[in-house]
Amino acid sequence: MTDQAHDNRADTGDGLPPPGPRVRAEKIRCDACPVMCYIAEGKAGACDRYANEGGRIVRCDPITILDRRIAAGDEVRPFLNQDWDGGLIADRDLFVTAVGAGTTYPDYKPAPFIVSREIEGVDFVTVVTEAIYSYCGVKVKIDTDRHLGAEGSVVRAEGEAVGLVITSEYGSQMLSLGGVDHLTGGSKAEGRVTCDTLMNLCNREAVELSIDGGATVVVQAGRAPVVDGKQEERMRVGCGSATIGMFAVQWQGLVDEVVVVDDHITGVVSEHQAGKVLDWPDTGIRIKGRRSTPGRYFQVANPGLGWGGTDIADPLTILGDWRPEKGARPGLSLLMVSTTGEHAAYYELDDDLKPVEKPFPERLRPSVELIGENCEPALCTVMFTGGAGGSLRAGVTKNPVRLTRSVHGLKTRVTCGGAPAWVWPGGGITLMVDVTRMPANSFGYVPTPALVAPLEFTLRREDYRALGGHDAAVRSLADILAKGGEYGGELRAVAPVAPLPPEEER
Amino acid sequence: MGAAARLLPDGQRLHLQHGPIDLILWADPAARAGAYARAEARFATVLEELVAELADLRRPDPPPLKGAVARRMQRAVAPFAPVFITPMAAVAGAVADEILAAMAAEPGLVKAHANNGGDVAFHLAPGECVTAAMAGGQVTISADAPWRGVATSGWRGRSHSLGIADAVTVVAASAAAADAAATLIANAVDLPGHPAISRRPATELAPDSDLGERPVTVAVGPLTDEEANAALDRGAAAAAAMRARGLIGAACLSLNDRTRLVGSEALAEPEPSHA
Repeated sequence: MTDQAHDNRADTGDGLPPPGPRVRAEKIRCDACPVMCYIAEGKAGACDRYANEGGRIVRCDPITILDRRIAAGDEVRPFLNQDWDGGLIADRDLFVTAVGAGTTYPDYKPAPFIVSREIEGVDFVTVVTEAIYSYCGVKVKIDTDRHLGAEGSVVRAEGEAVGLVITSEYGSQMLSLGGVDHLTGGSKAEGRVTCDTLMNLCNREAVELSIDGGATVVVQAGRAPVVDGKQEERMRVGCGSATIGMFAVQWQGLVDEVVVVDDHITGVVSEHQAGKVLDWPDTGIRIKGRRSTPGRYFQVANPGLGWGGTDIADPLTILGDWRPEKGARPGLSLLMVSTTGEHAAYYELDDDLKPVEKPFPERLRPSVELIGENCEPALCTVMFTGGAGGSLRAGVTKNPVRLTRSVHGLKTRVTCGGAPAWVWPGGGITLMVDVTRMPANSFGYVPTPALVAPLEFTLRREDYRALGGHDAAVRSLADILAKGGEYGGELRAVAPVAPLPPEEER
Repeated sequence: MGAAARLLPDGQRLHLQHGPIDLILWADPAARAGAYARAEARFATVLEELVAELADLRRPDPPPLKGAVARRMQRAVAPFAPVFITPMAAVAGAVADEILAAMAAEPGLVKAHANNGGDVAFHLAPGECVTAAMAGGQVTISADAPWRGVATSGWRGRSHSLGIADAVTVVAASAAAADAAATLIANAVDLPGHPAISRRPATELAPDSDLGERPVTVAVGPLTDEEANAALDRGAAAAAAMRARGLIGAACLSLNDRTRLVGSEALAEPEPSHA
């Protein structure tokens, strides 16, 4: 097999990762706790929590058991299959994840663990393996209206292209990163940086991304995005028009006109349908954008990091001349506010019908605070997306397509580190999973480069036999907990964040 | 990171963690709050105290030690001289004993246990009893018996072993004593020179191991029934000798799905295994 054939393999797990360059054996001190273990290359310290990997102290993950009796965020090592003074722990309370399970290559061998568990009198099997994903990436949702970059713009990490800006969602900017073209289709540096970026994002670490012609954003799963050095606090309550719709009644009688400044749809209460049904009088206001429907304006400014995701620093720049024949008069009051309530200003028209900024009146403060209160905290969401429909299926069954059919037939539940995975309809096993629901540090990599992520298939034992599963390799939960596997028997227990398969989320 | 204490979601057990130490405590509800407060206060400095004397604790011939846990370790291994053993063989059990002793100072405590990664110390007021699950089944220990500790050792576990036992579980007067004895019995379950057993110098795996260059087991290939029995015989003989000296109450040795019990008549009869 040539190198090229190796790198261009067409399926998950089809390529044995080439052994990494031999690293000089080095012993180093770990300073994670007062014991200060001296750790040899490739070994773990006394705690089994930290190891020496290539001369660097890293967190290490032994086989991870989800235990329903453990508190969120807590971790117990070593894990014991027996409860003191209470006998064995029930099968339904425990789930062996693929985190730390290792992989089998080539995959005609049964997966590292095929676990039987009895749940309420029914025999279930969970096939547990760490999958090598040549085809994978992340979809990133960034809750912000700030302009991060034009659709289709290249997203870079350390200067290398790792993905692109895709179509935005309501209140969120979207990125699609990784994929086989960036991992193996470009230069070596591009592949390495892409792999690092994906792994760090999936392991919930902060990653700085820069968008061509746009912003620099620090993304960390489950945390607020940091756009050009400024941490985003709130996600907008809705578009400008929706904000008018939600809060028009709060402003009635307190102010003559309200403009909600928004990059997508700027709303004007006196013209908006919501104002009309309240018999809101005309004010003679004029907005410079492109009118969509009454009281709703597109493109009032350029996208940017100012008011409501526009480039506006002074909101008056979006207003034209006021028309007295339509109701403009000296003393008319005007509130301008952004879709997050983060920006707000109050004006009154002078004798020349020019708006003049006045101290912000107390009577309007509750309405602005109400907008803020109704905003959700801005977060980054990282969805790992990968294709598990390749050769790893042979570690599950001798007849791989039957696994695919069983997954699509909803007879086989797919989880990643115990977190429920959503499987795309259509061919293959293309899955998406929220990385914040998986155990910490679930992801690794091989130098191919490709990501390594945990994968479990759970189904009834009878269905497993029917699809040609490796029934002879099935082991009891107790046996696995007692003896571990080919790669060792170190176990840790953490709390699950979702119901343990075969139970399903409602 | 410092010592951490957290109540587990069952609202009953307390999890203490610091560096390599993970302890799960349970105390009867009547005295629980006070017992846990005492345990947490004592636990706060245990690791630092051990680290202060770590170099001596790793020696087979340490000078007199100062820390309370260190002294428990030294006392636990002393009866086994001149066989090679360092106080570190009893570290997990000694920590369990120390934390249990802190809990037991709580007035009115009827029953409690401190489980340090499988090495367990327990407190029983008169008339109480406790049940331990082990590879060979379950044993029940009543307050009348002198045993207050259970510990398990084997090459698959977290500490390195010179032998090939999958697990040796020992019941003794304290968790530290059980820990030291289990270590030595597990070392004795062995087939010296057998080609199916891979060994590596301990320091290659853990540079500051108290075992130095001694070869520790890293893999055990297929063994015949006769070989497994022969290895267990050696371990059972070591256990019987310890029991004759009153150092342990009972031991359960397991290798390749076989188990051997020593001194089980001293305890309740174990139930058959379902494994």
